[in-house]
Amino acid sequence: MKCEFADSLLQGYFDGELSGRRTAEFERHLQHCAHCSAELVDLDMVSGMLRLTPLYQPAPVSLRRKIDAYLRPIEPAAPTSQPFPWQWLATAAALLLVAIVIWRVSPELRNDDYQAELAGEIVEAHLRALQPGHMNGVASANVGVVKEWFDAKIKFALPVRDFAKAGFALNGGRMDVIEGRSVAVLVYEHNGRPINVFIWATREPDTPPRAGYRQGFQWVDWRKDNMEFCAVSDADPADLELLQQLINSSV
Amino acid sequence: MTELELEDRARFEQLVMPHVDAAFNLARWLLRGRADAEDVAQEALLRACRFFRGFHGGDARAWLLQIVRNTCYTWLEKNRPMELSMEFNEEIHLQASATPETLAIAGDDRGRLIVALESLPPRFREVLVLRELEGCSYKEIAAITSIPIGTVMSSLSRARRQLYSALANFAHKGAVREV
Repeated sequence: MKCEFADSLLQGYFDGELSGRRTAEFERHLQHCAHCSAELVDLDMVSGMLRLTPLYQPAPVSLRRKIDAYLRPIEPAAPTSQPFPWQWLATAAALLLVAIVIWRVSPELRNDDYQAELAGEIVEAHLRALQPGHMNGVASANVGVVKEWFDAKIKFALPVRDFAKAGFALNGGRMDVIEGRSVAVLVYEHNGRPINVFIWATREPDTPPRAGYRQGFQWVDWRKDNMEFCAVSDADPADLELLQQLINSSV
Repeated sequence: MTELELEDRARFEQLVMPHVDAAFNLARWLLRGRADAEDVAQEALLRACRFFRGFHGGDARAWLLQIVRNTCYTWLEKNRPMELSMEFNEEIHLQASATPETLAIAGDDRGRLIVALESLPPRFREVLVLRELEGCSYKEIAAITSIPIGTVMSSLSRARRQLYSALANFAHKGAVREV
């Protein structure tokens, strides 16, 4: 027969939620209630299993990042297709100058630290782009439309391609600013995840792809034909590599 | 973009952000999936940001989990209303939650425990998760779920008994299959 205390005091006793006086009272009850004693053993088993089995699911990094990005919005530094604000342009020029000076004067900055720092900035830009309503560029899957949008904004021939057949659909493009220089960004979508490919002109020789991981995002950086590419996403590293190969063979 | 002033933002980061894991874990178990849980936990956290001015100290974890829970139930009402109306039924629930993913993991003890826990109605699942995984006191569970402490105790009691019988049911079926 079920004991009337099973649904109340027994649980409270088991969970250590009873006051000292009621604990003592319940212990006296336990001495002559076979039902409660037996149930206590079952409780111990079920509770023990729940506590000892790794069931707790911590938040994925991507969730934390999204909240952080919401809490600390970085004002989009990239100009839109509106007329260029001259003040911004002056700042960009100054930054570019500083970047060039640092680039020339201290070659040691161009080592892995530099690479990591650059990747960090690009990941930040990728995060900014993930915020709703950030897209101040061109949203189109049409290669011609995207190409035309970029034409007036950059001086090199941007390889705009759609790889929808291979699972990387072109979603559009925008301009962003990385280390003070204007950078073209092609946006792809793969399995519902956005991949940003940052592209800018360079005079450095071609380099094979180098991959890294930062703030929960994967990046792959490489140079080809006087362009530097950096693809960033929280997609699988293998997917990013595949996109890298697709882009590289199309350049 | 954010409606929080700098000062509030610092307080939010200090008081609420340490409980992001708790928020996700509760959503994961209420919604039985990581992808939905991430979306709903995100929505709940952004809602917490907006309501943060209304939080006047006290237990930040309970405050956040209350918002997460409400957001989860709103989501369930909209997307899976059947789940909320369904009382515990071993057969239905064990089948309903037997997705390829759960079947693949049901081969071990942890997998069986996950399937059994997911077979409980959300209202029983949540008290177990809050008590056993999150280590909440009865008072905290009462605050998060907006039910009286007496009901917390009886829900825990029924939830534990149902989990026990779901596991026993598994052991029985497993034994039959092996024969």
